[in-house]
Amino acid sequence: MIAWGQREQLRLRSPARLKFDKARQTDMLLLPERVVNLNPTAGAILWLCDGTRSAHQIIGELEAKYNQSNLQEDVLEFLTQAIERGWIEKCP
Amino acid sequence: MSVSIPYALSAEITHRCPLHCAYCSNPVELAKREHELSTQEWIRVFTEASELGVVQLHLTGGEPLMRPDVDQLIRQARELGFFVNVITSGVGVTEKRMQQLVDAGVDSMQLSIQASEPGLADAIAGSRAHEFKQKTAALIREAGIPLHMNVVLHRQNIHLVEEIIEMCVSWGAIRLELANTQYYGWALLNRQHLLPTRAQLAAAEEAFFRAKARFDRQIELIWVLPDYYEDFPKPCMGGWGEISMTVTPDGTVLPCTAASSIHTLTFESVKERSLEWIWRESAAFNSFRGFDWMAEPCRSCEHRFRDFGGCRCQAYLLAGDARQADPVCQWSPHHELISDILSSLNQDHDEPSVTAPHRPVPSYSYRGRFKKNGGMTGDHI
Ligand code: SF4
Ligand code: SF4
Repeated sequence: MIAWGQREQLRLRSPARLKFDKARQTDMLLLPERVVNLNPTAGAILWLCDGTRSAHQIIGELEAKYNQSNLQEDVLEFLTQAIERGWIEKCP
Repeated sequence: MSVSIPYALSAEITHRCPLHCAYCSNPVELAKREHELSTQEWIRVFTEASELGVVQLHLTGGEPLMRPDVDQLIRQARELGFFVNVITSGVGVTEKRMQQLVDAGVDSMQLSIQASEPGLADAIAGSRAHEFKQKTAALIREAGIPLHMNVVLHRQNIHLVEEIIEMCVSWGAIRLELANTQYYGWALLNRQHLLPTRAQLAAAEEAFFRAKARFDRQIELIWVLPDYYEDFPKPCMGGWGEISMTVTPDGTVLPCTAASSIHTLTFESVKERSLEWIWRESAAFNSFRGFDWMAEPCRSCEHRFRDFGGCRCQAYLLAGDARQADPVCQWSPHHELISDILSSLNQDHDEPSVTAPHRPVPSYSYRGRFKKNGGMTGDHI
């Protein structure tokens, strides 16, 4: 269904960077010439894309954190979009 | 009035520059070196900006690399959590200098070029700079820093749009902004030499779309419209004092770099006030927030939520009143100020030499070489 394996580790794609902004109390994704205000879920997912976790692990952690068992589809959809937009990438 | 949280700060850390472009966006009165903010003062500005919610920092100038403390400024800015972009002419960037910038934590770099032909590029810059730029592009790429490029388009280089795009692709840029000249400061002074003809513009737009089709996957191409030829003005950012601000070398805080031309406003300095006070409370920043300041026809126009009545600087510089509609707007009572210039230009240049106007480079008022009593006549309202 998806073009990338769920067991591959994911990380932010350079030079993108995450920041929790105190003034707005929001996670933000910083890119050249662009800033993205992230909603809490998007922020939570992207913070886990730190090069040590796979999509599979990210889903597991989020399900544990939010005490839910049905996040797989939503998280995969978001990660797929984030890859397409060049925000994150698979670790080589 | 509700005041939003700013996203970006452009820090013009110096007006010194090895180049002398005739369309430079710096004011005609350049800030002198001895009035530049110190390292500590800049760090205070960055700290206050960060607390205010600014997340993106553009270090610009002049040529920001003329300041020996630029590495230190980048390092501090990164510690504060900014995304740091350096906008450079590319002159004077050595391998060692580049390594210092990388070690300091620069996130992205934007390199300006003048044309795709070295001779013409150097004539436009008023300086031999083109070959340095190619080396700088290579150094930026080798350092693994994303390379963005930008070129200001005008009558002397607009026929080269496709070649310029090809060149930037071959230099490894991932984004290129092709910005038609905006007429403030030096560019307004030189407008008669810079404004392209309608035929040139049409050819350039065709060339742009051809190149876009060829290189779409390799480079992000941005075309900044030549507003004089539009029916409606360009929107003023996300509104005046809504998303970003500029701090000049001497610490004056502006809603945008061109705003210092509006002499009816008093812009405050970080030497006297906090950045937060200036952003939230100062009269200059509040002058054109919201919509209540507008005159007709903007006041009752439904486009006002999208274009904010156009550019305040252009309204001031051309119509003499910053509250008026931008004269570019076809509904502006001052629209003749634009249409007259265009019709006389397009009559005078009724020649077919659209693709190769190899006339000699005109007698620009080169930035920083402007003779006080020489240029301010005629074309400058
Ligand atoms: S006032 Fe004019 S130059 Fe300044 S940001 Fe608005 S549109 Fe741009
Ligand atoms: S009248 Fe004013 S708001 Fe309406 S389009 Fe013209 S400049 Fe924009």
